[in-house]
Amino acid sequence: MKAFTYQRATSPAEAAAAVAGHHGARFIAGGTNLLDLMKLQIETPGHLVDINHLGLDRIEPTAGGGLRIGALVRNTDLAADHRVRRDYAVLSRALLAGASAQLRNKATTAGNLLQRTRCHYFYDTTKPCNKRVPGSGCAALGGSNRNLAVLGTSDQCIATHPSDMAVAMRALDAIVETTAPDGTARAIPIVDFHVLPGATPQVETVLQPGELITGVALPPPLGGTHVYRKVRDRASYAFAVVSVAAVVAPGTLRVAFGGLAPKPWRVEAAETRAGADAIADAAFAGARTTRQNAFKLPLSKRLLASVLADARG
Amino acid sequence: MKFESPAGRNPIDQGRVVGVAQPRIDGPLKVSGLAPYSHEYHAEAPGVAYGVMLGAGIGKGRITAIDTSAAEAAPGVLLVLTYKNAPRQFDIGHAPPGSPAPKKGEKPGRHNAPQLQGPAIKHFDQSVALVVAESFEQARAAAQLVHVSYAAAPGKFDLAAEKQHGTVPEDAPDSVVGDFDAAFAAAPTTVDVTYTTPDQAHSMMEPQASMARWDGDTLTLWTSHQIVHWAVDGVAGTLGIPTDKVRVISAYVGGGFGSKLMIYGDPILAALAARQLGRPVKVALTRPQIYNHTSHRPATIQRLRLGADSNGKLLAIGHDVWCGNQPGGEPEKAADQTKLLYAGANRLLRTRQTLLDLPLGASMRAPGEAVGLLALECAMDELAEKLGIDPIELRIRNDTRYDPEKGPERPFSTRQLVECLRTGAERFGWSRRDPVPGKVRDGRWLIGYGVAAAIRNNLTVASGARVRLGGDGVLTIQTQMTDIGTGSYTILAQIGAEMLGLPIDKVRVELGDSSFPQAAGSGGSWGANSSGAGLFYACRNLRDAIAAKAGYNSTDVQFADGRISANGHSRSLAEIAGHDGIAAEGKVEFGDLTKQYAQAAFGAHFAEVAVDSITCEVRVRRMLSVCAAGRIINPQTARSQCLGGMAMGIGAALMEDQIVDTRFGYFVNHDLAEYHVPVHADIPDMEVIFLDELDDKSSPIKAKGVGELGICGVGAAVANAVHNATGARIRDYPLTLDRIMAKITVPAVA
Ligand SMILES: Cc1cc2nc3c(=O)[nH]c(=O)nc-3n(C[C@H](O)[C@H](O)[C@H](O)COP(=O)(O)OP(=O)(O)OC[C@H]3O[C@@H](n4cnc5c(N)ncnc54)[C@H](O)[C@@H]3O)c2cc1C
Ligand code: SF4
Repeated sequence: MKAFTYQRATSPAEAAAAVAGHHGARFIAGGTNLLDLMKLQIETPGHLVDINHLGLDRIEPTAGGGLRIGALVRNTDLAADHRVRRDYAVLSRALLAGASAQLRNKATTAGNLLQRTRCHYFYDTTKPCNKRVPGSGCAALGGSNRNLAVLGTSDQCIATHPSDMAVAMRALDAIVETTAPDGTARAIPIVDFHVLPGATPQVETVLQPGELITGVALPPPLGGTHVYRKVRDRASYAFAVVSVAAVVAPGTLRVAFGGLAPKPWRVEAAETRAGADAIADAAFAGARTTRQNAFKLPLSKRLLASVLADARG
Repeated sequence: MKFESPAGRNPIDQGRVVGVAQPRIDGPLKVSGLAPYSHEYHAEAPGVAYGVMLGAGIGKGRITAIDTSAAEAAPGVLLVLTYKNAPRQFDIGHAPPGSPAPKKGEKPGRHNAPQLQGPAIKHFDQSVALVVAESFEQARAAAQLVHVSYAAAPGKFDLAAEKQHGTVPEDAPDSVVGDFDAAFAAAPTTVDVTYTTPDQAHSMMEPQASMARWDGDTLTLWTSHQIVHWAVDGVAGTLGIPTDKVRVISAYVGGGFGSKLMIYGDPILAALAARQLGRPVKVALTRPQIYNHTSHRPATIQRLRLGADSNGKLLAIGHDVWCGNQPGGEPEKAADQTKLLYAGANRLLRTRQTLLDLPLGASMRAPGEAVGLLALECAMDELAEKLGIDPIELRIRNDTRYDPEKGPERPFSTRQLVECLRTGAERFGWSRRDPVPGKVRDGRWLIGYGVAAAIRNNLTVASGARVRLGGDGVLTIQTQMTDIGTGSYTILAQIGAEMLGLPIDKVRVELGDSSFPQAAGSGGSWGANSSGAGLFYACRNLRDAIAAKAGYNSTDVQFADGRISANGHSRSLAEIAGHDGIAAEGKVEFGDLTKQYAQAAFGAHFAEVAVDSITCEVRVRRMLSVCAAGRIINPQTARSQCLGGMAMGIGAALMEDQIVDTRFGYFVNHDLAEYHVPVHADIPDMEVIFLDELDDKSSPIKAKGVGELGICGVGAAVANAVHNATGARIRDYPLTLDRIMAKITVPAVA
């Protein structure tokens, strides 16, 4: 871990300006991802701006009848919030399927959206990885990639985005709200928030340097049946092999997949097809698999069929 | 004292304290954080400096350049050691000066582990530098500034690709009885199946860590080790100093599972740096380093050929094992249990070991049996299915009363395999099992039952102890024996209390210090029985000394309630001990009873699993383990040992897998997020039953090992249950959901 300086910000604007003003500075929220990466020398910020004291830890109704989740709301608190449990159960379930109780107590909404991939080679500075060191190559392509992506990948990178929470937020069409260093606010639909690797796998979101996530807004409740099913290699405390977030109401369906792509994977056009197989086929068009991870497609199909059958009773 | 004839009745048989469930006496220290682990001593090492080890970034090759200038200039840095400036050390082959000749078959200096001795890289994360600084943070930051350039060389990292080059290991010769080929060819029912088991990591909680302090030419080393005198030998041998100049303290060890039977970079680098700097130095390995710098359980490929008559009697048993290791590394003796588990006139067991350039493979909980049974006990299930015989019945029909290789001249000292199977079947509700896979469902879950036999060879090792009765009536026990989380403190207190007629709170146990009498240490499940036997003799000598001092004839005295009594007279032990106390030592050495009698602990494992018919995720719902392992000294700690073994067996069956990247030559999933061991949610309702047993050929305390028996066979029971649930027979461990999905024969139910 590289030595760093530390600053506790007192307002969103100060935080954003501080990160923009220091080359290589980072916000630190729960620290559950960033600190690990710093210890392993994968992230080497020279300056940390602590955003835990900005008052961004509340969940409030929005004027439009939705819910605004502060960027610093802990995953535990978000999952337990009665409004979330009642109106956005898919989000609560997704959160509870992630990590462990201790981690969720620290992990924040914004940090969760921005967590980095779990690709083995990203985690090992002795190996080539285009995401960690652009242009160095991708060790995963010919190596251990059983849990990597089959959709939205490029020849440069096949990493997944490992969040559970983000998959549910994608199904809910959440909106990420930010403040830029110059004080301007943006609202970014979650579909546009994470970007595919293409030729620049080191770029994972549309955030600009110093841009601070202040919260995530959920549109008004959709009703219907909310399901989050996560397939994993052990019963708890494991990242998704694949997962499905679904909101099923008479005549409508929303379904987003986790574990398949560098971002939560949702193809709206597929949702109107009849039957799980047709939906999956449309959603998975253009998939590129490896020998080790090809099973993820049939597995997701089976999972989707089961989720829809359960939800429609 | 040499134990060479079966034990008669002795004070342990009273069963007043021994054999009674007793919570761990070190428990309060552990849960309050007062039990110091090796990295947690502070007062003993004022002015300690911190060393951070840097590991090699390639799997094989050599260092072409190493630049330490930036690290040396970094804040707080005191010393940077690399092969260019590290003192010369001694490799395996060089015993510590002045030490006695090694035992037959043992290499001199076999525990040596020299570090930084040249540019050659033999495996990933081999140490290439140590950076020592005033603070841990400074050392860690500076370690990243050491720039090492390598020339990678092609290495052998793929066991399957290398296996044809395997040779017969010195200590695993072929075992040939009868005519296997003819019997197998003639057998009416056969199975010929190949199983693979992956490399596995011990995953103990406490990382390897050491603190070194020199006082003149004497080194004190606080290190996390399972067998203190091996650590002394290894460190003294590596540094080329006499063993009496090294004191090792491993009072508390946060788990080992075999990984702390050896020494690695931490004690040697700490000792070298502390000597050079003239101040104490601490070095702890990081979790990622543990996977590639230290040892692991090596992968195996196992071919099982079983031939049976129509009644299920085994006519031919063939077990071929392929494994690989670094030069000088030991074979994984996965055919060992097959020597003893079942009868059968024609037998052929072969092990072939090939050279691999992966990190060193070595012992992990039940080396040999743990992976051997994963294959053998599934092959038996396959045979049972082919024969249409119940798997338990098949095992019972092939029971043997004697060592099947040596014949009736070598009977088992005790063997209750059949009783374990029958008791377990009854208690588990085996009769509810449908032999046809996929028949039992619970909603979308497919339910299966599985069974496997367990055997673990009973090993015994010389062990000594020192005991002292003080004027306060407290018995103090000192021995090099370690407690690696197993309960040694507690069971030794029980044995001492039983022998002297004291309540357990009048016994103080001090362990893991090389200034105490040499002991068996914790390995191979020999610890409790061997160190308990050594303590038994020490206590017997103390009883004699007390009786003599009290003026009693020692043959008919009683020790009870803190008093000694004979012929109607009685005196308090505290009073006899007086101001000076009374001390004694004792030691057990084992004669040839293990040659005369086959000695092993037996068990039967039962598992009920649920497999999600859609996702093929496996959840174990219920497990039962029935064990027969000699006297159970403490049913509570023994049960915990078995529960831990069962949890680890679930891991072996379903998830544990050190993934080898054969291009770069290393284990890629080197942290606890990616190397999966079971978590609480994976561990179901578990029960353990111990059958009554005393083994008077095993030791004067008539006990045997349980720690490793707990894992033996567990994974096979789970795999057999998965087959029963799904129809999928997966022969490559672990049974991950994608492997099950590829083979499941039962349709999904939504
Ligand atoms: C062992 C383990 C298992 C896990 N398992 C799961 C799992 O199963 N499912 C799952 O979804 N997750 C899992 N996680 C990941 C966990 O959810 C994330 O670590 C956590 O959500 C990150 O949140 P944080 O607040 O700690 O982020 P931090 O570590 O503080 O920050 C992460 C990143 O986000 C940036 N950042 C934080 N807040 C802001 C902000 N407001 N604006 C701009 N940038 C910001 C930081 O600069 C940093 O780059 C696991 C983690 C671990 C360690
Ligand atoms: S998949 Fe992406 S993260 Fe993994 S090694 Fe390749 S470039 Fe790096």
